[in-house]
Amino acid sequence: MMNCYEATRLISESQERDLSVSEKVTLRVHILMCTGCKNFSVQIPFLGQAMRAFANYRSEDEDEGKE
Amino acid sequence: MSGSNAHNQLVDGIDTSDLSDTIFLKELRRQMVKFATLQLSNAEAAEDAVQEALMGAMKNAKSFAGHAALKTWVFAILRNKIADVLRQKQRLVEASNLLSDEEENEDFTELFNNKGYWHRDERPASWGNPHEALHQNQFWKIFEVCLEKLPGHQARVFMMKEFIELDAKEICTTVGISNTNLNVMLHRSRLRLRECLENTWFIKECAT
Repeated sequence: MMNCYEATRLISESQERDLSVSEKVTLRVHILMCTGCKNFSVQIPFLGQAMRAFANYRSEDEDEGKE
Repeated sequence: MSGSNAHNQLVDGIDTSDLSDTIFLKELRRQMVKFATLQLSNAEAAEDAVQEALMGAMKNAKSFAGHAALKTWVFAILRNKIADVLRQKQRLVEASNLLSDEEENEDFTELFNNKGYWHRDERPASWGNPHEALHQNQFWKIFEVCLEKLPGHQARVFMMKEFIELDAKEICTTVGISNTNLNVMLHRSRLRLRECLENTWFIKECAT
């Protein structure tokens, strides 16, 4: 079975490219059995979203506070 | 906490005409310079890019209602400027530099055991609804700290990918690394950034 290090590597790469069918299957099987990697797989896309939202922070809150 | 409240009050108390608001501008400039320096690894080039982006913004400052809109826009200009500079300067960083940096940081045994499975106490926990964090000032301070803790090249490559949104090919040519190297670096930066956010933000959030 695929280990967690490998699983996190594939989860990371899925942000850059489409995984192959066999990669997807092995990853899915691993995630079914591993809560840690399941959480990881949700958190990694969030890191990207957060990075893109980075520039807008603080000023957004200030403006919300004013309204 | 009281520090950030004081800051907000200070900013809120000022009649904000955006680019003439010196406190806002100072803070914006600080963030821009920090970001550009990290990306270009050259203080002078970073100052130039920030200056150009701000000058571009001055021209149309009146058409922007509120700090948020202005800031988003200024950063969009800056992002384009940086992308241009990066594209012109190929092989910005010596490939050998990157590799040695990689080797130094090879060690992930603090996260995984020798079979490659998570150590029990390093296993990623549930973050609940992480998107709520995006609206909290304190979260962004922690995010910045975690980003700064990444080894230099990892932070740059991660930001190129996720913030400047260059595609993988462009990053590889610009930095002078192979696709495999890029994947390794992105994987590592995500492992580290994730762990830092979990330890300094999300675990505490869930506990309260």
